[in-house]
Amino acid sequence: MASKKQEIADETARKLQKQNFWSGVLFGIGSMAFVDEVIFHQLLQWHHFYDLATPQIGIFADGLLNSFAWVAAIGGLFMFADLRRRHAVRLRYWIASVLMGAGGFQLFDGIIDHKVFRTHQVRYQVELWPYDLSWNLFGAALLIAGVFLAKSAKERRSA
Amino acid sequence: MHRYLFWFAGVIAAGASLVGPLANAAHTSFSFHMTGHLLLGMLAPLLLLHGKPLTLVMRGLPTQSARRLSRLLNSQFIAVASHPASTALLNFGGLFILYRTDLFVLMHQSTGVYALVHIHILLAGYMFTWSILYTDLTAHRHSFRLRAAVLVVALASHKVLAKLLYAMLPAGITTSDGQMGALIMYYGGDVIDLALIILFCYSWYKATAPGRITRAV
Repeated sequence: MASKKQEIADETARKLQKQNFWSGVLFGIGSMAFVDEVIFHQLLQWHHFYDLATPQIGIFADGLLNSFAWVAAIGGLFMFADLRRRHAVRLRYWIASVLMGAGGFQLFDGIIDHKVFRTHQVRYQVELWPYDLSWNLFGAALLIAGVFLAKSAKERRSA
Repeated sequence: MHRYLFWFAGVIAAGASLVGPLANAAHTSFSFHMTGHLLLGMLAPLLLLHGKPLTLVMRGLPTQSARRLSRLLNSQFIAVASHPASTALLNFGGLFILYRTDLFVLMHQSTGVYALVHIHILLAGYMFTWSILYTDLTAHRHSFRLRAAVLVVALASHKVLAKLLYAMLPAGITTSDGQMGALIMYYGGDVIDLALIILFCYSWYKATAPGRITRAV
């Protein structure tokens, strides 16, 4: 009987840990998309609403990515609220997940969106490669920082 | 009381897009047309839905008629018609037809077509909002996951259409006016999308509260 109880407790703990991860990743994706929108579209105006050169598939991919990012940011926060009311927030691990989500999104945007679907470029009328390189390196750095932080969060917990 | 307020605010939003200064300006300006469209197709449905008209009808009807209505709501036809995927198709597919065919020009030549298109926009917007949020009485329920997926695709198609409009405007619209209209559609749509997404996530938050028995979907 006791082992059955233990099994259920373990199962719940696993589920809540997964929820910490997904909440962080979704919020990371959404906030990165938001930062991209505010800094590069609105403030710097390096790339715009629509550059009139984007192929149709690019417009579609971009629309899907943007609307997913909106839902992800808000959904991630509501999942965090749900974890709080269950007293199951693991803040370090959550922040690590946010970094992984944000870095992953930045890389995806830089490689798939900009290069494969050619939705738009980081900047126009300049030598492009330094911009592409720093864009993707920044994404990779966030992703790697997230992975290391997640590892350390796990070690602290088991120690 | 707040249901009255929502309902009347919804009526005002829809009314403002159909009669008065905004509607008159919409005949000549695409930007105003798009503002009216956001009010009629997105904001008014959201407000009207929070007036919960169907709940009111169900409570007010005599038992016999209420039973008949509930049979109708439980029917196979309503099950298919009120599926989030069908309402999304009705709503956003309709918009693609309106702006990507000659319907837009036709609409401004015939009063009958004009009326039909506007009724469709309001009703399709209402059905879609209802099938995602379930604020009012709902017979056929679907999982949060399915509704979230439909929501993402539907909002994406709205953005795609706004960008296509920006590039290729319907006949008879000046470029600057048309591009302004497309921007209004994109960013104005974003604002109402945000409200829709928050309400949707909040309904998930309430439904999954600890200690609450999961409702059969």
